[in-house]
Amino acid sequence: MSERTAGWFFIAPALVLLAVFFVLPATFGLALSLTDWDIYAVGNPRNARFVGLANFKTLLFDALFWRALLNTGYFVVVGGTLSVALSLVTALALHAWWLKGKGLFRTVFFAPVVLTVVAVAIVFRNLYGFDFGLMNRFLKLLGLAPIFWLGDPKWAMPAIILMAVWKNFGYNMVIFLAGLTTIPETLYEAARLDGASSWQQFRYVTLPGLRPTMLFVVTTTLIGYFQLFAEPYVMTNGGGPMNATLSLVLYMYKEGFRWWNMGYAAAVAVVLFAILLGITALSRKLLSREEV
Amino acid sequence: MRALLLAGTWLLFASCALDRSREALTFWALGREGEAVEQVLAGFRAEHPTLRLEVQQIPFSAAHEKLLTAIVGRSTPDVAQVGNTWIPELVALDALQPLDGWLTRVSVTRKENHFPGIWATNTLGEHLWGIPWYVDTRLLFYRKDLLARAGIQQPPRDWNEWLFAMRRLKEIGTGPYAMFLPLDDWVPLVAFTWQQEGDLVGQDLEPRFCDAPFRSALAFYLQLFREELAPVMGSAQVGNYYQRFADGWFAMYITGPWNLGEFRQRLPAPMATAWDTAPLPAPAGKPYPGVSLAGGSSLVVFRRSRHKEQALELVAYLARPAVQVAFYRATGDLPAHRQAWEDPALAGDPKLFAFRTQLERVRPLPMLPENERIVQHLWQKVEGAIRGVVHEEKLCRELNQEVSAMLAKRRWLMGKDR
Repeated sequence: MSERTAGWFFIAPALVLLAVFFVLPATFGLALSLTDWDIYAVGNPRNARFVGLANFKTLLFDALFWRALLNTGYFVVVGGTLSVALSLVTALALHAWWLKGKGLFRTVFFAPVVLTVVAVAIVFRNLYGFDFGLMNRFLKLLGLAPIFWLGDPKWAMPAIILMAVWKNFGYNMVIFLAGLTTIPETLYEAARLDGASSWQQFRYVTLPGLRPTMLFVVTTTLIGYFQLFAEPYVMTNGGGPMNATLSLVLYMYKEGFRWWNMGYAAAVAVVLFAILLGITALSRKLLSREEV
Repeated sequence: MRALLLAGTWLLFASCALDRSREALTFWALGREGEAVEQVLAGFRAEHPTLRLEVQQIPFSAAHEKLLTAIVGRSTPDVAQVGNTWIPELVALDALQPLDGWLTRVSVTRKENHFPGIWATNTLGEHLWGIPWYVDTRLLFYRKDLLARAGIQQPPRDWNEWLFAMRRLKEIGTGPYAMFLPLDDWVPLVAFTWQQEGDLVGQDLEPRFCDAPFRSALAFYLQLFREELAPVMGSAQVGNYYQRFADGWFAMYITGPWNLGEFRQRLPAPMATAWDTAPLPAPAGKPYPGVSLAGGSSLVVFRRSRHKEQALELVAYLARPAVQVAFYRATGDLPAHRQAWEDPALAGDPKLFAFRTQLERVRPLPMLPENERIVQHLWQKVEGAIRGVVHEEKLCRELNQEVSAMLAKRRWLMGKDR
């Protein structure tokens, strides 16, 4: 057997799985998005019609879709940035040579990552409670008026962002920590000999050294944050108040599994896929560019 | 890897399902009812010693999705408890066994034994698809003592009396609000529309949100918020509303029978005589009591069931008045069979009188698979009007447009059939 055929044999199981569980459903989803497959079609497939791009056209004028897109964008930009920044800061702090009990902090910060979103969301729903919630207790101590965290359209998304950042930053922190250890100490030594300040060391040694890590972290965070679902599903009854926390995936889920507008939901999925593809390509391009 | 795992678990479940379906009669019961139903099933098991009955408890929040997934996956149970607003959807999916033929054979239950509005939630296109199991509607829970302090001895019977009572309560300052109408509850507005003798959707499958009945219902509803008779809050923001009700933070609340038990349990003991229930008021000049929602759960038999005879026997057993009384004792769920209401357990409870009266005046949601979607959309849009973001005029037009779009497919189907 030639090396070539052997290679095919080795990757065959993975390819088959990919084909069955990714290529096939994705193609099916794409096809579905061109039909008006709904509850009536589930009962009798002859009730489905091929509608071409009509679903996408409807989507274009669907205020709720734009609302969901806008909310998701808000969550990705604010939540994603906060999350990456916080992970980087904690990673740097934990990497500092003088810190004692690094292992403990690392574990504590990482712990929320392994918790189930739903359990965390339920706890946070209580923290955000109006009368007896801990958050409002703090506000009261500071002499501020209490907030209807999850009931006020202005505050619901920030509340969800806060929770998501708290829950997720540990993961990226660990990745950043791993990235930090790959930067050779000699570079810092050389920089110090040249008289670089700590800020300059960070800016010209650490950050460039973290570039590949940063690419990974930003890409996965973007993709992950774009798929916001469980938090609003559990905390705000699926997108309330006044759809202020309705995310794209949640919208897709509701259209698909709540109302059984499968064709329309598939169209949302296709759009989400296109957006993610575009953004991933863009972030790769921006971050992998060699700096002069 | 994940895919592999999924495939593995799927196989595991599939094999379990095969194994189980061999001879057992499966019954899906939801939420609290699922927990309690075992208590009344002993009699059925005794009558059918050779039959294996398997009750599966499905959490209420996941029930709807699970049912639809089971239908698509062709793994439906034999019998299930379903929310009676789901029936049109299940009929559209062609999942249910019509029960009319069976009804003529059994003597346990008849149309006349049931409240007409509740029965109507189970009939669609000349067929009967479910048997009402327990019933549910919304009416007024109110603080008798606070109303008396405002000089009002009787619960309001029409909208004017109602408004007057609420304004009086605010005037004498029993609390910051007179009434609690959670923003995420669509029932009051829908009931007000029906009370104005209006429909949400007409026979032509076009919505009726710009017609006079809905407009006057909406105006009345919004007025309650504008006059600050009701707080602009969802149920989650109000938090522990039992405590609020006991404190007089609000004095009236439109809610359902499940709260009878909760109010009795959660309100401080001296409050027991301070609150009461009353049927919904009607608009001035319209018959009292005002119409409310026909809710509750029905028992359905699935078309794919391979034990239809036994399934029907289980339904017949649960429909018996005596079993329904036992079930009422176990859960507090109001029986669907009128005869069960004669039992001292129910007839002797003064707080149930109002329910008995109200249940004679209930209406189902439009018998369309899209019904839930329409009312969900309704409250989401109306929240904008309550918060003053959307003008009423614009709201009516947009609602008509959007709900009409939801029903476009159905109109096409109906046209095709003709």
